Order: sequence, then structure tokens, then C-alpha cells
Amino acid sequence: MPTLLKQGSRREVLAAGGLAALAALLAPRMAFADEKAVEAELKKLYGDKKFETGRIKLDVPQIAENGLVVPINVEIESPMTADDYVKAVHVFADGNPQPGVVSYRFTPECGKAAAATRMRLAQTQNIVCVAEMSNGKLYSTKSEVKVTIGGCGG
Amino acid sequence: MAANPTPRVRVPAKAAKGEMIEVKTLISHEMESGQRKDSAGKTIPRQIINKFTAAFNGKTVFEADWFAAISANPYQAFFFKAQESGEFTFTWKDDNGSEYSAKAKLAVA
Repeated sequence: MPTLLKQGSRREVLAAGGLAALAALLAPRMAFADEKAVEAELKKLYGDKKFETGRIKLDVPQIAENGLVVPINVEIESPMTADDYVKAVHVFADGNPQPGVVSYRFTPECGKAAAATRMRLAQTQNIVCVAEMSNGKLYSTKSEVKVTIGGCGG
Repeated sequence: MAANPTPRVRVPAKAAKGEMIEVKTLISHEMESGQRKDSAGKTIPRQIINKFTAAFNGKTVFEADWFAAISANPYQAFFFKAQESGEFTFTWKDDNGSEYSAKAKLAVA
């Protein structure tokens, strides 16, 4: 089980602790993304286009006890027909080392623009979700997740 | 990498025409984020699965690009509207160039 191994190795790191852990503590803090990084990513994707609100249901916990595994469920209102469907959905986290979380591409065959996965969050932060419709319209929403134990695994 | 990544998928075997089905997939993988350090303080290089693709009868119906923020043993669920019988092919692409795949049949009555 990779998960167990991972925990094992973390324990090792802690046990072997001493200097290494101390060095890690003293090392400069890891660089985190911020709102600007998310904005930059959005600009890369969509330029200066405006986002509307609504249609996106972003389902994330308000409080995540374990930042290593945070469920995220998105659903976008759409008839999902050949000429009116959700083309893409991008999810960003503004407090992780890198802003990207996941990008989905849907097709009318999906019948419903909804998907669920699990993500790692390093700290309390905002989750930003944007949806691109087949007619080019853009929607966005965001939601804050409070993280008790960060999932950065430094 | 501990062991070979093993995909697991759950697709209903049968569906009525026009029925919305939920497809759930899981694959064992460390999803090494590239942010962790080993006991010597050296950064462990990133190795994640960066892309998941689902195709039905050869046509891509759903894709997900995963970034380093996706949890270990990544889970992905999505929906599919059953129209005809056929077979799903799921593909996971690893940073190291490997590809893992799984298939599942769907019978539409």
C-alpha cells in the first residue's frame, strides 16, 4: 500500500529527525501560490475575458481535518447537448505551492457536467473553479477550505 | 514507486438507454508532488499521473489533467449517458512516460 509506505517514510524522516528536521525547519518557508498566481493562470487560459457567476456548484468541505485528502466535487448546470455543453472546467488552489489542481474536459456524451476527485491542500485557502461553455461563456466561483493539518508533506 | 499502479474501475454492467451512469475510478499511485524532501533534505522529484482519459467505443468522452495537488491514489468520478452497448477504455499517463489502462463493458438494453 503506497499510502502506508508514504506514512512510514514520513515517520522515518521524523525519527531520523535530528539535524535533518532542524535544517528543514530553519530552511526558508516553501513558496506558496497566491491569488495573483491563480489570476495569472486564468489570464493564460482566457485572457481578459469576464467571468459570470452562477451555474457552478463547487462542493468542498468548509473544514478539512486532513489536507492530504480533501474531496472536491464540481457540477455545472448545462443541458449537455451537442450545441450547448460544458467544454472545460479548471480548478485552482491559491494557497498551495502551485495553483493547479485539476482541469476537466467534458463532452456532450457525459450527459452531466459533474466530476469528483480528491486533492491535497497545504493550508487554509480558497478553491477557485472556472467553467468554459461551448458558446465561449465563462463562469467562476470560489470557496474557502479551512485546513487543520496541511497536506504539503515537506 | 512502491508497486505497479493498479487501476480499479466501477461501471454498472447494465444500463437503460438514456440512463445517466456514474463511473468511478481509482488507481494506486504515490503522486509524488515534487514538494517533499527526503531525510537528507534533498527534494524528491515529482512523479505524478498527469492525465486521465476515458473513451467509449474509441471516442474520448472525458478527460482530466491532474496537477501535483491531486491526492495519492487518485480517485476520479464522472458521468456518462448510456446510449449504446460498448466498452470503456480508461488510460492514466504517468510523468515517467508509462501508461496504465483498464477496460469495462457496458450493456445498454
